[in-house]
Amino acid sequence: MVELVGALAAAAGVTVGCVALAWVSSVAVAYGGGRGWRLALTDPVVETARLVRQRRRRTVEADVLLWRIGGWGLLPVAVLLLALVPWGGFTALPSGHGVVWANALDVAVWALVWLLGWGANSVMGLVGGYRFLALALGYELPLMFALVAPALAAGSLDLGDIAAAQDGVWFGLWMPVALLAYLIGVVGFAVHGPLAAPAGAETAGGVMAELSGPDLLVVRLGRHALLGAGAAVAVPLFLGGGAGPVLPAAAWVALKAVGLTAGLAWCAGRLPTLRVPRLLEPLWVVLLPLVVVQDLVVAIVMEVA
Amino acid sequence: MSPPVLVDIAFWAVGVVAVVAGVLVFVVDSMARATYALATSFVAVGAALLLMEQTYLGVIVILMMIMEMAVMAVYMVMFMGMNPALMPMTMVHSHRAAIGTAVTAFLVLGGGAVLVPWPTGGAAAGAGVSGVTEALGTAIMESQMLVMMAIGPVMVATIVVGVLLSSSRTRYDRMGDDLDEAPADPPAPSRSARDGGGA
Repeated sequence: MVELVGALAAAAGVTVGCVALAWVSSVAVAYGGGRGWRLALTDPVVETARLVRQRRRRTVEADVLLWRIGGWGLLPVAVLLLALVPWGGFTALPSGHGVVWANALDVAVWALVWLLGWGANSVMGLVGGYRFLALALGYELPLMFALVAPALAAGSLDLGDIAAAQDGVWFGLWMPVALLAYLIGVVGFAVHGPLAAPAGAETAGGVMAELSGPDLLVVRLGRHALLGAGAAVAVPLFLGGGAGPVLPAAAWVALKAVGLTAGLAWCAGRLPTLRVPRLLEPLWVVLLPLVVVQDLVVAIVMEVA
Repeated sequence: MSPPVLVDIAFWAVGVVAVVAGVLVFVVDSMARATYALATSFVAVGAALLLMEQTYLGVIVILMMIMEMAVMAVYMVMFMGMNPALMPMTMVHSHRAAIGTAVTAFLVLGGGAVLVPWPTGGAAAGAGVSGVTEALGTAIMESQMLVMMAIGPVMVATIVVGVLLSSSRTRYDRMGDDLDEAPADPPAPSRSARDGGGA
């Protein structure tokens, strides 16, 4: 009974944290995109109120089941991702294979975004869905190899062990390429900023083109939550976890997660959306080999040290 | 850990999900639904592995199968004739042969799983969970390693050549045969036509 109450409390806490990070991401994207502070801060609230009341629009011959799975699945994936993050001594979903779980969850977004584009039975949605898979192939391989670096340095796939292994020097400081590839991946699976082509304005919103009302709301919320949760996972991976002076570990994890989410979302808001065919070459021909070299450097350092 | 009874119930539940989702692949009339029913079936198998405390294998199965099915959906929609993605379709062709093959395969595999004298006690029981994982890895990789190493490069070469042959937009189309021209974006189809090659 006590266990059940504890688990429910942890689930509720992680969900609230996920929505909070999504709000931070939303504000920072809007502010980075040139909206003033006031609008950026109030927009999520106003938009939520508007979309909750909006009537659903339907398309002809939509595959509603797959469409809704795609849309409503994004937020749960973000919540699960955040649940993997260790807050000092406490982890909502502790796992000895946290790094692999994080990877599996971000791959689940592949299916969800494609289904979101497919389900609506609309040209724009289909275009967006296919764009996302092409883009995902581009960012996912550097992301996967980037995850190898901290795991290799810590000798563990457990996010808690990886955070604990960074006493003194954060992995992000001496694995900058892995950190960069990871953050590009986060922006990619959150479909934001330069990698937002699947939901691009020039295709009337792509995978989101036909969404309305609560369905649109959860997809927007899910995308921002994915960016926040992805950034939060970077804290134990690259930013020393709960390490920091004075404040307790959990507070440092929260501070770093919020800071990284805000910074990443601000950059995503500043930058223009890039065309998918233009992205593949830099991601595979330039970034992927650099990340592999990064892994090699980490392996050599660990062998020598 | 949870009581063993709960684990047993969960194991049977994911087993049922795996089989039912597998059957759905041949029942649903949409390519997207068929593909993702198969993905669901594989994810349930991954969950079964998790319940057997083979965590790493379980997560990897879930990860790989979602990724694979996401990509496969695209290929299925793209390559199947009569575009079954956009009109009702069935995954079953030549019913009688299909049923015969399926029943035979099920009997052979199921019979194998039931009749094979699985190791009990001794090394398997005493080694613990990590020992089992190691033994499994050795069994899969040790004696088969040479084959894997030989097949690996062949598979990669096949994929690369397949993509090259099917792609109309390679870097050679954009930057010329010697990759020394200014990139044309979008790639000019006239470039290969100009050189007398078929696009």
